Amino acid sequence: MDIKDIIKPENKVYGRTPVLKDNVMHYCPGCSHGTVHKLIAEVIEEMGIQDKTIGISPVGCSVFAYNYLDIDWQQAAHGRAPALATATKRLNPDKYVFTYQGDGDLASIGCAEIMHACSRGENIVVIFINNAIYGMTGGQMAPTTLLGMVTATTPYGRDPKLNGFPLKITELIAQLEGTCYVTRQSVQNPASARKAKKAIRKAFENSAMGKGTSFVEIVATCNSGWKMSPVKANKWMEENMFPFYPLGDMKDR
Amino acid sequence: MALKGAIVVDNERCKGCGVCVANCPTNTIALAQEVNGKGYNFAYMANPDTCTGCTNCATVCPDAVITVYRVKI
Repeated sequence: MDIKDIIKPENKVYGRTPVLKDNVMHYCPGCSHGTVHKLIAEVIEEMGIQDKTIGISPVGCSVFAYNYLDIDWQQAAHGRAPALATATKRLNPDKYVFTYQGDGDLASIGCAEIMHACSRGENIVVIFINNAIYGMTGGQMAPTTLLGMVTATTPYGRDPKLNGFPLKITELIAQLEGTCYVTRQSVQNPASARKAKKAIRKAFENSAMGKGTSFVEIVATCNSGWKMSPVKANKWMEENMFPFYPLGDMKDR
Repeated sequence: MALKGAIVVDNERCKGCGVCVANCPTNTIALAQEVNGKGYNFAYMANPDTCTGCTNCATVCPDAVITVYRVKI
């Protein structure tokens, strides 16, 4: 069969969702952010909630998330996305409100905001991208950086005596009463991306049911910051990140 | 019943990260020798005969540049 006979509109099984805007993403080649944006866009399209979703973009590489998803957005001060999401959700209880935050934003400067938003059980969705590094500013050590991991500010590897231990923020958040769904996913291969999409969908559905805060961590790569090729970074993540940040649901009720 | 697939890559948007190449179960995709307007070696179907239209490449594509078509033959 000729390829021209296959490439017909009626044979299309997968394509770009219309919730993604036409802008070319500014992310580096192979960045996990692009994949997660796409998964969120697909969930929004499947649930038919494009005009009812408000995203809160953080500070970090994903600050420009508002250029890529065709929904309503606000942009928060560094780490304060959960506070802004709290206000947005309380003023518009019928909307789906989610924050999209990196580890430097959520686990470091925004630690207080995320803890208290989750503790209050705000009906929001938190998408947390953990790539163990500050990607936007050039690959400095983040709270989530693994022990021994080389970054711009830990050139000899993270030393617990000097830099402390990595922070498992998702495990901390799972302890809080206000959260209904806490999970850790990844997007480096098709199976994990499909699982992550299911988790994101469940989080949005929980938000509609008013069950509390849903927290989805995505263990991600920063191949530029890690100084690796995208494929090698995915492999490095599987070998080094997953033993310390095991995937799976921590809480689901 | 066999499945036959094909992909269309938006060459100008593709950043040549190679994640689709690594995740293609049938080694259909490869990065092109030539480059696009931004200087990236874009992905293309090197072995069109082996494509089954499984959508794995498009699922992991960070820039959502791959469209997948599939027919039953």
